[in-house]
Amino acid sequence: MHISNGIIDGPVAAIFAALALAALTLCVLRGRRDLDDRLAPMAGLVAAFIFAVQMLNFPIFTAGVSGHLLGGALAALLVGPWVGALCVAVVLVVQALVFGDGGVAMLGLNITNMALLGTAAAYLLIALLLRVLRRTPAGLAVTAFVSALLSVVVASQGFVLQYWLGGTTDLGGNLAGLAGTMAGVHLLIGIGEGLITATTVVTVAKVRPDLVYALRALKPAAPAPAVPVAGGAR
Amino acid sequence: MSKRSWPFLLGGLLVALLLAGVVSNYASAHPDGLDSSLLKGCTVNADDEITGGSCPAQQAKDHELADSPLADYGVRGVRNGFLSTGLSGVLGVLLTFALGGGLFWLARRRGPATAPAGADPTIAGPGDATAGVTTADPTATGPGEPPAGDETHAARATRAGTR
Repeated sequence: MHISNGIIDGPVAAIFAALALAALTLCVLRGRRDLDDRLAPMAGLVAAFIFAVQMLNFPIFTAGVSGHLLGGALAALLVGPWVGALCVAVVLVVQALVFGDGGVAMLGLNITNMALLGTAAAYLLIALLLRVLRRTPAGLAVTAFVSALLSVVVASQGFVLQYWLGGTTDLGGNLAGLAGTMAGVHLLIGIGEGLITATTVVTVAKVRPDLVYALRALKPAAPAPAVPVAGGAR
Repeated sequence: MSKRSWPFLLGGLLVALLLAGVVSNYASAHPDGLDSSLLKGCTVNADDEITGGSCPAQQAKDHELADSPLADYGVRGVRNGFLSTGLSGVLGVLLTFALGGGLFWLARRRGPATAPAGADPTIAGPGDATAGVTTADPTATGPGEPPAGDETHAARATRAGTR
């Protein structure tokens, strides 16, 4: 979902660059509360993993169109919303500055859509779903799938907003057409995003449940016993 | 809870390297959802190049760093396409891990202390009267012992849950 140079005009790109910078600063300030000796390397791994999976464009049912993971939901589940947004932003910066993917001038727009909007939408849904659903592998999988799918659609509409503000082609008032096309395509891509996110998070939860931020931070209504009783009867 | 994380990190990194280094060669080359949406109104050939019509994608300009040695996920100078893509993926994973991991490591909270008095009172929630308990213990200020950190984590979470 990387915007290429020339698609959005300069002033709007600059406004979103400032907006993204401010939001990322907030993410650093809030994320530091979560970042300890254990989460920091894990966050580095999450960024590296998202970079890898973003290379894997998968075909969607529509002929001639592909999609790839954005990673906002995955990052939010594994390292939390603040650090998660920073993970996706690091990936986008590396892609723009080293791999020529997504214009450097468009970086603020791309960070806004994929790192900020995608992760924020995902975490709101995660927080909601993990309180409603049971904490079984199935519950976690549904949480991951739904939050990932919808976060992709939200991110796609971020682009539609940006195009409305500074698109370089006059759509002749047919912004709704673009919004519909983007939403439809990204609903399909979101299925892939959901499957990848659910598979990854459930796998991590099976191996090391303590490394899944969402399971640590979002406690169920009844608190776990603070002190495990040796040889407890139950 | 005090299990070490490095085997997990190493395993995860290995998976990422395999995906970027090998599986990436089997990725779809078609335009993604956004690019294809911007092609609406144009006709394209088998290589997804615009052959006619009028669409937003025609406004696209070259990337500032199109001449970068790793541009478009290939290593300049490597003729073998499979190797070029795979190598660029491996380099990208390592670079992202080094940059991300390095920045997060520099930005992390130091030591197990959750709140050295006045540093960041909001960590344990504003007005949390019991927050002082964790800092009152002088042994908790030793250099990063994971068990101590985990205990305060759990204690804090439990308090938050019961409030």
